[in-house]
Amino acid sequence: MSMLLGLFLAPLLAGLIHRVKAFFAGRQGRPLLQLYWDLARLVRKHMVLSRTTTPVFLLGPALSLVSLLACLTLIPLGGPALLRFPGDILLFLGLLALVRFATVLAAMDTGSSFEGMGASREVAIGALAEPGIFLSLAVLVVQTRALSLSGIWARSGPELWSRAGLVMVLVGIAMFLLLLAENSRIPVDDPNTHLELTMIHEVMVLDHSGPALAVIEYASALKLWIGSLLLSSLVFPLHSGSAWLDLLGGVGVVFLVALAVGLVESTSARLSMLRVPQFVGLSSALSLLALFLVIR
Amino acid sequence: MKPEILSYPEFSKKLAGRHLAALMGLPGRSGSVLMVAVTTPGAPSAGEEAGACPPGGLQLPATVVEGTFPSLTLEHPQAHGFEREFFEEWKVRPEGHPWLKPVRFPQGQPGLTDFFKVSGEEIHEVAVGPVHAGVIEPGHFRFQCRGEEVLHLEISLGYQHRGVEKALPGASPARSMAYVETLAGDTSVGHALAWCRNLEALAGIRVSARAEALRAVALELERLANHCGDLGALAGDVGYLPTASFCGRLRGDLLNLTGLACGNRFGRGWIRPGGVAWDLEPVRAEQIRTRLAGIMRDVRQALDLLGRSGSVQARFERTGILTREAALELGLVGPVARASGVALDCRRQFPWGPYLDPAFPVCTGLLGDVACRARVRIDEMEVSAAFLDSLLAHLPEGPLRVGMRAMAPKAFSVSLVEGWRGQICHVAATDTQGHLLACKVVDPSFRNWFGLALALRGQQISDFPLCNKSFNLSYCGHDL
Repeated sequence: MSMLLGLFLAPLLAGLIHRVKAFFAGRQGRPLLQLYWDLARLVRKHMVLSRTTTPVFLLGPALSLVSLLACLTLIPLGGPALLRFPGDILLFLGLLALVRFATVLAAMDTGSSFEGMGASREVAIGALAEPGIFLSLAVLVVQTRALSLSGIWARSGPELWSRAGLVMVLVGIAMFLLLLAENSRIPVDDPNTHLELTMIHEVMVLDHSGPALAVIEYASALKLWIGSLLLSSLVFPLHSGSAWLDLLGGVGVVFLVALAVGLVESTSARLSMLRVPQFVGLSSALSLLALFLVIR
Repeated sequence: MKPEILSYPEFSKKLAGRHLAALMGLPGRSGSVLMVAVTTPGAPSAGEEAGACPPGGLQLPATVVEGTFPSLTLEHPQAHGFEREFFEEWKVRPEGHPWLKPVRFPQGQPGLTDFFKVSGEEIHEVAVGPVHAGVIEPGHFRFQCRGEEVLHLEISLGYQHRGVEKALPGASPARSMAYVETLAGDTSVGHALAWCRNLEALAGIRVSARAEALRAVALELERLANHCGDLGALAGDVGYLPTASFCGRLRGDLLNLTGLACGNRFGRGWIRPGGVAWDLEPVRAEQIRTRLAGIMRDVRQALDLLGRSGSVQARFERTGILTREAALELGLVGPVARASGVALDCRRQFPWGPYLDPAFPVCTGLLGDVACRARVRIDEMEVSAAFLDSLLAHLPEGPLRVGMRAMAPKAFSVSLVEGWRGQICHVAATDTQGHLLACKVVDPSFRNWFGLALALRGQQISDFPLCNKSFNLSYCGHDL
């Protein structure tokens, strides 16, 4: 159930972020459901394939989508996840890394200098972001003594917040910064720019078109959903006793996260590429601090 | 004023320490070419007030060249672009020119040429354009990079070459106005004004004080609209939405003021030889004045947001620095040069009509980074708004337009106008019958493109769009 919800609602997050940004810019903004229409349109289109590409070019989007779908089965929402076992955290992180690997490989396959540049930036930022994700999840593991995402979900919540509020705040901030970096949002990347030389994520998918682009767009939406879900289910889970209420609360938090992303994008400019490592490093530092607080 | 024909060494000496506004050729006797330079006084030294330079001081040294001549660029780097252009047009070779490449590719395909190359294990080359993402003009950019750092940028234009300079002398008056108003679409007023002032000088007529005032209104409205759009675009490039969208709307409002005055938002058809085609009766003048005050209130709010956002200033400051020395050596013009501390402004150097105010402010910056270029634009908007406010309140009386007369034979005329992008230089010469013989158009973009290439050295390649926007140059103004 929660997984189906993710599959259907993920593209809505992009619409919500756009509406928040439009509100701050004093514009009407595009329809909330625009990404759904875009996906429907792209799927019906033809695909243009460059002669220099190999099957890797198409394998990239497919592999990212499949990995993200697998991620979705591991992450709890309003109840334990579909699949859960001790150590599934590592599988989850591995799958996220696989998404990046697949996207980068498809980008390099085009042989374009733009895409190569984007790929090198993506890998650099990914390498910096990974310690942050590991550390923040480690904090939660130590706090809850659980080795699976569903286990953390079960033992996290208001009780944990009252016991270790400061730690949770630090982890929450770290995870939000990582969400911005991982999903190519401002201040790390600008999803709306048309300037190839400044892009990170967008430049890697310049050569994809039609259904392949639809898969990429949908996969990005899923990634944002999964990132927000981490915050919602692991840091702010609701245990009200009613599964329906928990689910509703979880989805609510996901949309609040999207709202926050929109707020950040509306009120701040993009960082210079040189400052991005500091920004991403900040999340690692915060999680490390939280870890010290936990195991001291 | 007539060109003063000198020997080559004297000619070269005459250029020292001066700003080269144009370098053009005129057909001479038996296959030789008369090379005419238009020079204006050099910038006051750093820190000195703009008033240190008295107005005027135009010089027209000329020399006869044939076959080849020693390149001026070695001693006067600001001649580099003009010499390339001269070689392309007259086939007279400047010997020793360091990088004698085609400028506009009148024959052959633009972009098919040698590019400066950096080699090494870690070097990679990025080629951008001529087709870009987004709706902009075509141009080719070749970056030599080491990782994210740009070692060298070479810009190759010419894709928009239409042969306007060649077509202008023979065109009918109506057609030539259409040509100059679309030389660079966003500088319609600036180029139309420079063109008309030349024709009027050749015909020996003076336009009325009212026409001069209305022309100044048109010029300043154009400056306001473009500066406002530029500042919004700068905000957009760093992903700062509020200012980007507000300034985008306000630019439209400013263009509408021009539209209200003459029926065309870009001011096309407003300025005509002998004066202006459309009047501003008191009601409309007052309407423009009140609407301008309202727009400027919103502009200030939007720019205040920009100035107070630390994340924006962090992107603007110390990005794309262009030193004062480089700006002077290359003879850069306009807000770009002023942001580097070169206090030159044609409204002050060659004032006319309502600009005849010895205290007309020249806005300058110190560092020459993106922040300074933004600052100079903001300051210039304030100056223009205040200027327009007082001008619109007291428009002088006089006829709108005086009749054109026949142009003087064997005459030479130079017109310098401070367009929003910088110094616009038009030169016109007539033959023995008083028909136009040759025209030369120098758009500020022609000078400033090289400044952009230089400002990008040692920068992050991801900052290129931001630097580019802070220059905001015209492709077709360069390509003509």
